[in-house]
Order: sequence, then structure tokens, then C-alpha cells
Amino acid sequence: MGVELKMPALSPTMEEGTLAKWLVKEGDSVKSGDILAEIETDKATMEFEAVDEGTISQILVPEGTDGVKVGTAIAVMNGEGQSAAPAPASAAPSAAAPERAVPPTPSDQQTQVTHVELPKQQQQPATGTQQLVSAAAQTRTDLEVPAGTATQEVTVREALRDAMAEEMRRDERVFVIGEEVAQYQGAYKVTQGLLDEFGPRRVVDTPITEYGFAGLGSGAAMGGLRPIVEFMTFNFAMQAIDHIINSAAKTNYMSGGQMRCPIVFRGPNGAASRVAAQHSQNFGPWYASVPGLVVIAPYDAADAKGLLKAAIRSEDPIVFLENELLYGQQFDVPQVDDWVLPIGKARVMREGRDVTIVSYSIGVGVALEAADTLAGEGITAEVIDLRTLRPLDRQAVLTSLAKTNRMVVVEEGWPTCSISSEIMAICMEEGFDDLDAPVMRVTDADVPLPYAANLEKLALIKAEDVVKAAKAVCYR
Amino acid sequence: MARSAKTQAAPAAVPLTPNRQRPQQPERYQASKEELLELYKQMLLIRRFEERAGQLYGLGLIGGFCHLYIGQEAVAVGLQSAMTVGKDSVITGYRDHGHMLAYGIDPKLIMAELTGRAAGISKGKGGSMHMFSVEHGFYGGHGIVGAQVSLGTGLAFKHQYSDDGGVCLSYFGDGAANQGQVYESFNMAELWKLPVIYAIENNHYAMGTSVERSASEPDFYKRGESFQIPGIQVDGMDVLAVRGAAAVALEWTRSGKGPIILELKTYRYRGHSMSDPAKYRTREEVQNYRENQDPIDRAGKELAALGVAEDALKAIDKEIKEIVVQAAKFAEEAPEPEAAELATEVLVERY
Repeated sequence: MGVELKMPALSPTMEEGTLAKWLVKEGDSVKSGDILAEIETDKATMEFEAVDEGTISQILVPEGTDGVKVGTAIAVMNGEGQSAAPAPASAAPSAAAPERAVPPTPSDQQTQVTHVELPKQQQQPATGTQQLVSAAAQTRTDLEVPAGTATQEVTVREALRDAMAEEMRRDERVFVIGEEVAQYQGAYKVTQGLLDEFGPRRVVDTPITEYGFAGLGSGAAMGGLRPIVEFMTFNFAMQAIDHIINSAAKTNYMSGGQMRCPIVFRGPNGAASRVAAQHSQNFGPWYASVPGLVVIAPYDAADAKGLLKAAIRSEDPIVFLENELLYGQQFDVPQVDDWVLPIGKARVMREGRDVTIVSYSIGVGVALEAADTLAGEGITAEVIDLRTLRPLDRQAVLTSLAKTNRMVVVEEGWPTCSISSEIMAICMEEGFDDLDAPVMRVTDADVPLPYAANLEKLALIKAEDVVKAAKAVCYR
Repeated sequence: MARSAKTQAAPAAVPLTPNRQRPQQPERYQASKEELLELYKQMLLIRRFEERAGQLYGLGLIGGFCHLYIGQEAVAVGLQSAMTVGKDSVITGYRDHGHMLAYGIDPKLIMAELTGRAAGISKGKGGSMHMFSVEHGFYGGHGIVGAQVSLGTGLAFKHQYSDDGGVCLSYFGDGAANQGQVYESFNMAELWKLPVIYAIENNHYAMGTSVERSASEPDFYKRGESFQIPGIQVDGMDVLAVRGAAAVALEWTRSGKGPIILELKTYRYRGHSMSDPAKYRTREEVQNYRENQDPIDRAGKELAALGVAEDALKAIDKEIKEIVVQAAKFAEEAPEPEAAELATEVLVERY
């Protein structure tokens, strides 16, 4: 009886990949450790190795096939051992996912496979982050572009890269600096291709030295350049927060407007998948509390591109918070020559009459999913994406509140001293007469993010909690 | 013996690693009488300016932290007189008044900043520790110990990126030399051969903690060795020795050889800041520096030997005093910032 070899997940967020190459053919005998195939995603190339002895009896998916779903049977092996399921080999050094920060490849791929194999409707996400990703994948939004504008589906990752490349072509002063941004093509592949086009002068690999290169970038900006400083994740920016706040944010004010620091600090922020407490934190509220900084946290690809371009052009220091779980998600981006969006403007993602759901970054997907469910129960929810956390678009929040008189804030982050706290304060101070119910919030649990799948799921926001909160403020 | 000799193979000829290139030992600058007079004037301006700032602090006209440069004048003047204002950049920490004066920035604007007036160089919003003049290439004035080292490395990156021929002079003290970001910066600067001079002003005390109590390697010029950055120790109380070292450092950095460290052995006569009673050192120690090593006295004696009459030096002293008196008057009389200034310049753009 043959055992099916299944398409492996190379990272907890991978859903599909390309079967780039078979290194065995039907009839070959293999033993544990032999490389069977090479699998590619947009992020990395991995080798896929056998964990048991046996004979490859059948190859089900030919090499060169794109879009192979995780868990799909790709070959059959007649084994001598009980289990012939292969596991991904350790990464090839030149092309694999980085050891630092990127979620480790799960050793028990079966859990992953069982989950992703199921059709979407029956899907019961195994972890909290898969829940966040699936919300983003299921909900689509319309763009505010003139009718007839052509759009193209691109991932958030590509949109960010395109924004940087376009601005680098436009302005010689713009350069990218950070760990693994050049030769490695980006730890999360956001800077893919930039080195080839712009060369090592403008795409600069640094040692692992956040404090140093954040300071170096700030100094270069004071001197008149336009640095884009990539943090592999914003967790590591804690080593550099002194320069972000003390050097970059305060310069214009304390020099009486004489010296500027036009710099973009960007990278993934918030919970990633199963990487636990030190690699999973939303720093939005931290940076948004600092006068002198602009803080942007986009949700979809069109905003990622349009707002990153605006950020690079701004004369102010900008903290640009991306989300790793969204990098691989596809959204429509308008095909216009210069897609630049205004900083400081929220966006109505979905109109509604009964309740307003305010969110930003990955929380927007959860809010939209909740709005879908609520619609089925006769409650129309208006969903607002803040997009910029500082300066906050207070008017957009208050206008929607005046329309629906009820509000829920959704935030993938801690509740204490958060963006939700701020939105609630604004509603109290400036929208009190419009409130028909107290504002409620749905946030992550007030704990360091746990590793265990079930605990992680309990800690992170989910649509059903948003539905409950929305019903509560509607007294339903 | 014979047996072991038989089994031992002759060692293969391994090419020896040559010592890496190092800068030449600097020579004391051969100044003309006119040049030395100019250096003397600049040092005296800093001395008199700082004395007046100390008085204004005592009168309550200057608030907060105020770190005086008295005693260290030869460092700023010796180094910056060799640089080109507007082309080469300078960045420093919070003890910044002297570095600004040595780069030709108007004493009135500096003093008015110390008194927190709208006419101050930072419109009264920065104070003693946060002053800038982008026009001169003076990039601050930074209050966080060691920050200017990474920022200065970034300015050097800009000089290299723009190929503008400039060099960045980044000042820091023996205290800041123990900050981690200094070594992160050293590493990148040497890796990328950035044109930066790291000038370590070793005045022997990091606030109240002596070098002996805080530095496992008290010879700061050696602090770049692990990064292959050469270092030179300089008598920071001799303006011509400093000027000579500046020439070597500028030659080294401008020719693309990367960063260089100058350790300038100097001494501050006053406390760390105005609120420091300086109990950590003896009166005799301070007195010894004042009497035997004072950079202005030393330059004055050399001028006398070059035939400058005592009256001429007195005339210079009078001229400098007048500049400082005018600066203080301006700083006392200028109005405070308008209340509306509170919320301006937080951001450059409107969103």
C-alpha cells in the first residue's frame, strides 16, 4: 500500500507553492535524508527530503506546476516503514527563509496539511494567526478610483516593493538600508529585485546592528538623503527606538524647524504565526503616542503602495508598520502612473447604518469578516480603516459615529493604552451626544503572545468576538 | 632527538600578514604669527563666552542643563580650523557651545538660545543641548550620550553617497565611548570606508566617574583596533598639536581610507554641568591644569615669543569681551517665543 507524499508547508502562513523540480523519478529507491524535490514560494526556495526508506511509485504533480496547495498529494511512495511522510529539509543557505524572525518550519506538517486541505467554507483555522489570514483572504474591498481605471491583483509584498522601486527611480536621494535587504533579496522578500536594479550603493546590507543603522539612517536624513530603513521586524526596532524617537522625531521641533529628518522606518509589525512573545507585538500605539512622528499602518496592497510612496516623499520621519501575515495576500491595485495616497486620511471600507467598526492593519480583515456575518443577521456595519495612526483622522471616526451612533474598535494588539483607548477617548470627548451605547473594543488578550496553538488562538482577535461586540452595542 | 627530527616535516613557507597601513604620526602645526593669533582669538572667544554663560546661569537667566567647555578650547579650535565650513560636517553631544563658536556661528544666536528666546538659533525650543546650523554644516547638539556617533556616521554616509568630498567630524567624550552604538558605528564605518573622524575628547571624567573607574581600556585611541580603525593620541591642551593631528586625520579620511580615531587628552575646569560641585576630584588637580597646561596661556606665551606685544594681546581680550557682552545683552533683551510657537514645527508637512 503506497503512502501519499503531500505538498509541505514551508512556513505557517504558506498556502500554496510551486513544485519547481523533481530530483527523483518514478521507480527510484530513496532513503531517509534524500532530497526529493525543490519547492518554491514567493518568499523562499526549500528542499523537500524523504524521512523514510522506500520507492517512488508514482509522481502525481509534474515539476514546474504553480499554485500547488499545501497538503495536495504530489507523489506516492511504497515504503518499508510505517510512515513515509516527508518533512522539509533544512534550508539551503542561499535561498531559504532566514533563521532570524521568520516563523520556523513546523516539524509536524500534518496539522498544517489537514487544515489547509479543507475547503474554505468548512475551514476551522487551527491557529489564531491563520484566522487573521483567512479573514484577509476572504474579504475583498472596493477601491475609490474613477470608474474604468484598470486594476491588477498584486500581493502586499509586491506593492511595497513597487512603491520603493518607483520612488527610487524618481529620486536619487532615496536608498534602502537594513539587514538582508540586498543580496538575500529581503528576509521577507519585500526588497526583491531592488539590488539588481539599483546596485549596492542604494540597496545596502547592514550587519545585525539595529541601533547603529537606525542612527546612521537618521544622520543621513539630517544630511539631506531620503533613507528607507528596513527592520526585519519591528520587534528588533526596540534596540533602535532611541533614534526613532530622540533623534528622528524631535529634530524638527528642537531645531526650530531648521533641521529635518525625512526618513521611513519600515518593516513587519504585530503578531506573526507561532513565533511567540518576543516576535509578536503591535508597536502602533507606542509610536503613535510620539509627537513628531507620522505612523502609518496599511491593510491592503493599494494602500500599502500609495501610502509608502507618500511616506518616502514626506519631509517628516515616518514609522511604516507592515504586517507579515498580509504580505502574501493579493488585492487590486490601480494601474495608474503614480499611485500616491494622502497620509492622515481614513477610508470607509464598507458602508453601513447600524454600527461602526473601526480598525487598522490586519484587524480590518477581521472587521470586514464580522461585517459579512452581521449583514446575514440584518445588521449593516460600516467599516473604517484608519490607515494612518498619527495624525489620526478623528473626523472620519466622528462622522461615522454620528451616522450609526454605535461603535466597536478592533485592534490586533494589547488593550491598555492602545489605539482603541484613543478612539474611545475621542468618542467620549467629541462624540458623546452621538453615542447610543458605550464604545466597545475587541483586542488581543492582555498577555505576552503564547506559543501553543490553542493559546495563541485564544489570545488573538477573531471575527466572532467582533460580531458579539457589535450586537451588544446594538442591544441585540 | 634524531628520531623526532626525522619525522618532522619542514614547515611550508606561509606568507606573513603585513601590518596594515596606519597614518603617519602627526607633527605639531607650524603656524604663522597671524594664524596663531586667529586660533588664540577663537579659544578666547569660547572661554569668555562660557564664563558669561556661567554667570547668566547663576542669575537664573539660563535654565536646565548647561555644560561648559572651559579648559577644552584647544580641541574644538585646533580641529575645526582645519575643516571647511559648509563642506565638512560637525556633530557633537550636549557640551556644544564651543564647537559651534569654533565653526563661526554667531555668538548672539547661541546665547539667545541659552536664555530661551525667540531669536535663539533653535527659536528657544532647543536650549543648550539642542542647537543646529545646517547652513554651517553643524548638525547638533544631541542630548543622548553617544547618539551623535551613529548620527555622525550617517552624515559621513551622506558625504560618500553624494560624493561631495566632505568629511564628518563626530565628537564624543570618554563617557560616551562606553556606549554600545559607538562600536556598531565603528563597524559599519570601517566596513564601508566612510569619511568620518571620531574625536574622543577625553577630559578624564564621565560626569563624576573617572576613566580609571569606567574604562577597561583607558587608552581611547585604541578603541577602534578590533575594527581596524587606526587611532592617534593627541595633547588636547595644545592647539597646534591638535591642528597637526587634524591635518593627518583629514588627509586619511579624504583619501578614502575610511574612519580614524583621535583621542584628545583634555580637561574641563568646571563641573560636568552647572549643578555639579565636582567633589570627585581635588582642587590641586584642577589647579595644576589651570596653571601649567592651560591652552590659552600656552598659545599666549608662544605669541609673546613670536614677538606679539602684551598690549596687543590685551587689545584682543578687550575685543572678545565686547563681543560676549553684546551677545549677553542681546540674549537678555530678546523676547521669549510667542505662545503660538508651542505647536509649530512638530511636523514639517500638514496632513
